[in-house]
Amino acid sequence: MIEVENLKKIYHLGATKVYALNGISLTIQGGEMIAIVGPSGSGKSTLMAILGCLDVPTKGSYRMDGQAMEKLNDNQLATIRSRKIGFVFQQFNLLARTSALENVMMPLYYDGVKGKIRQERALAALEIVGLSDRIHHRSNQLSGGEQQRVAIARSLVNEPAVLLADEPTGNLDTHTGAEIVGIFQRLNRQHGQTVIYVTHDPFIARHTNRIIKLEDGKIVGDEVVLHPFEAGTPRSDDLLGPMKSDDRKAVEDS
Amino acid sequence: MNIFENFRIALRALTANKLRSGLTMLGIIIGVAAVVALMAVGEGATRGITSQVEGLGTNLVSVSSGRNFQQPGVQTQSLLYSDYIAIEKAVGGLAEITPAYQIMANVINGDRQSDYSITGVQSNFTTVNSYTVARGRFITEQDGTGQSRVAVIGSQAAEDLFSSLNPVGREIQIDGTTFKVVGVLESKGTSGFTSQDDIVLIPLETGYERLFGGRALSSGKRTLTGISLSAHDSTQTDNIISTVEYTLRREHGLTLRNDLGFVVSSQTQMLSTLSTITGTMTALLGAIAAISLLVGGIGIMNITLVSVRERTREIGLRKAVGARRNVILLQFLAETLTLSIIGGIVGILLGAGIAWVVSLTGVISTLITADTILLAFGSAVLVGLFFGIYPAYQAAGLRPIEALRYE
Repeated sequence: MIEVENLKKIYHLGATKVYALNGISLTIQGGEMIAIVGPSGSGKSTLMAILGCLDVPTKGSYRMDGQAMEKLNDNQLATIRSRKIGFVFQQFNLLARTSALENVMMPLYYDGVKGKIRQERALAALEIVGLSDRIHHRSNQLSGGEQQRVAIARSLVNEPAVLLADEPTGNLDTHTGAEIVGIFQRLNRQHGQTVIYVTHDPFIARHTNRIIKLEDGKIVGDEVVLHPFEAGTPRSDDLLGPMKSDDRKAVEDS
Repeated sequence: MNIFENFRIALRALTANKLRSGLTMLGIIIGVAAVVALMAVGEGATRGITSQVEGLGTNLVSVSSGRNFQQPGVQTQSLLYSDYIAIEKAVGGLAEITPAYQIMANVINGDRQSDYSITGVQSNFTTVNSYTVARGRFITEQDGTGQSRVAVIGSQAAEDLFSSLNPVGREIQIDGTTFKVVGVLESKGTSGFTSQDDIVLIPLETGYERLFGGRALSSGKRTLTGISLSAHDSTQTDNIISTVEYTLRREHGLTLRNDLGFVVSSQTQMLSTLSTITGTMTALLGAIAAISLLVGGIGIMNITLVSVRERTREIGLRKAVGARRNVILLQFLAETLTLSIIGGIVGILLGAGIAWVVSLTGVISTLITADTILLAFGSAVLVGLFFGIYPAYQAAGLRPIEALRYE
């Protein structure tokens, strides 16, 4: 469970203070699948970085499973990242000229997992994302979608409490993006994996159970999606526009 | 997490980027090779000079009138023929001893003439000063007692005065006195600063009677310009020097308080002077080598800095998936160590190869010492470590998100 209270992240640009996050309070239960949406500069990525312990907030509290994150030092945060968090980036961030298997095994090395078990777990994670036939391909020999699937396998290999993805489909075409969303959905439904991803695509957002909308570092909307899209649902134009809660209910009721 | 695992990861990271690794290594290889080759040339030259001087005989002791250049203001004493007799008696069986009186004089053969150093010697001169006769014979005892007007000339003098003719049996004029050439010496080469082949030797007795005249006399006594001693055992040279000095003080009524108006020196002393000079030369070469190593080091620094900057995102990623700062540092340490060690070994081999090729030309002999290898290898590893670890340390200290966003 993630509890965030009055979270602020302030950058200093010369004399002016920029509030990337300006008082975010949020509770996320285990097993949820959430999309964070909002225009660029609204603080989505900053919030994700703090939730993923890649960055620290200027003010406010962040508790994960009851543990206060803002009190941890550098090494303790590394341990949290290693054991509890899986992070997927927009740019995939795979090691160059390194095989898919090696990429997926990397986090286990830092968690002190022994060589043989490391390989078994990496192979299992690659199987979940459907890349069993590509394990020895090097990252530069894989397509964008395949690279992102390797990155997802890498984030899963530690069996994290929460899977965070910052614009995971941002660098992919629509079709491949839908495949990636399908993987997240399957992880959430079949494995009970908590998934939080950032997207600016309303269609992608509607594959989750909850949409949190950010603007100027504040939460301006937090809605439950009663009937999320199933992966593979064809995109249709009337669903692409921004929707208010009532509109969506109307669509779902019809 | 263990060291072995760290090196495996390092090796994997290095082989994933062969060109970059190769270039970084090249900096180390060139630096180390330059140091090894340069020091080999320096050490080889030093060894060459030393062995040449040693070839002249470490057991040689020379006595001359005058004062040591390090002791200005000392009253000089005339070296007397009687001193030679006294020293011969005192030194006894320890050394072969031979007296000499040397002047500069004009030597004429037909229309060829030149100034040579004319040395009056005894028959054992060749034994003490390690000369050999190439043609004819050397001066004998009978030449001395009979005051024969015979001369033995050096190879250079023979060439200058007779060109291709055989000088043996021909006559030369020394300061107007006719001498018959009975022998020519084998070439000995230069000894440091003067040619040893540009000499004319005559019997000492003949010199006193017919050539040197009054300048060889001091208060009516015959004088010498030098006495040479050749120790039978080179460990005895110091002993011989003190015996000679003691004898000279006794003969000239000098106490230990008086300065000795003679120069008594051994080849060993000359060797120590020379080793000071060659030491300076090696230091100079070492300085040049240090510069090349520094340049190599800057190359390593440059490439490592670029590669660490380029890998800041990678460091961010590794931190994002749970790597602690120290683990990142250890990984870079292992990488740099692997590069430095492999580069160092290849550099040493390359440097040794260059030294070998240089010595093949025959101009300079080369010598690779353990010190050289340790110095080159050690500095390369240190330079590589310092310049590799420092930027990695900085990158590892960044928050993962900052490192990941690094452009």
